[in-house]
Amino acid sequence: MEAVDGNAIAGQLHQHFGTDMTTARGACAHCGARAMIAELAVYNQAPGAVARCRACGSVVMVVVEIHGTTGVNYAGFHLERT
Amino acid sequence: MAGAAVPGRLRWQSATVLELVDETPQCRTIALAPADWPGHLAGQHVDVRLTAEDGYQAQRSYSIASAPGDDALRLTVERIDDGEVSPYLADELRPGDELELRGPIGGYFVWEERLGGPLMLVAGGSGIVPFRAMLRHWAGGDRSIPARLLYSARTLEDLIYRQELAELGADVRFTLTREAPGGWDGHHGRIDRALLTEVVWPPAERPLVYVCGPSGFVEAAAQGLVDTGHQPGRIRTERFGPTGT
Repeated sequence: MEAVDGNAIAGQLHQHFGTDMTTARGACAHCGARAMIAELAVYNQAPGAVARCRACGSVVMVVVEIHGTTGVNYAGFHLERT
Repeated sequence: MAGAAVPGRLRWQSATVLELVDETPQCRTIALAPADWPGHLAGQHVDVRLTAEDGYQAQRSYSIASAPGDDALRLTVERIDDGEVSPYLADELRPGDELELRGPIGGYFVWEERLGGPLMLVAGGSGIVPFRAMLRHWAGGDRSIPARLLYSARTLEDLIYRQELAELGADVRFTLTREAPGGWDGHHGRIDRALLTEVVWPPAERPLVYVCGPSGFVEAAAQGLVDTGHQPGRIRTERFGPTGT
């Protein structure tokens, strides 16, 4: 399955965080590689979306949206607060 | 945050279909009047949601084709024949219908005049859509910023907005990857290092490069740019997949 990128989950993340998150940076909790959310590899052909680190392939974020409510698990991505 | 047109939560809202324009056999532009549109930046997208009678919902992301100052919000949708959303948008939608959307979305893949140039846009297939917004925005602003487009499509009839792009005043180069008609004076073949070297400003001029298209296209073009000496930090990418994002 081909990955797209973090732009594809921008709407859900904006909904969840209340602001655009595509330019937010963070570090992969597994390998430490830093990335902008827009650059993450995103697999979204399932009911939810999975974002992976482009350096090590680990899952850094899972996004689901059910009946208009968005849930985001970003335990694998250490967001840098600005 | 930088680049976000409007802070705060996104809301789903209704938009009225004003007009439908066939661009190519596979693509149609939908002109919309959203109930409450806060304005957008060139390069942003919207999420469109369809709800079936039984409550089943499907949503997809579509790039905004219109410039911030244009009179209507325009999306250009490519029909994915076995898709859940695009066949409805491309075939069934009629003027006067209502469509549910939220946006504008995204602050990364956007171009504003203050970001400067030289502005280099590299599009594959329907990856041209956000660049229509950027080039229209550029055309209405400071034209001393050099702008150039390299646009790859399979055939001549697959080139979206061909006439319009040629008339905007930017340096526009087309390449056709399959058949080229007799007398074709554009490029022929896929975007590779040789074509990038020929068309893109040299790395020393530090062009700001945007690449949009299917994932494989974006990977190849972005890698080609890095291989030919362009700084990764000057390259912004947006990939879409078979779901029509």
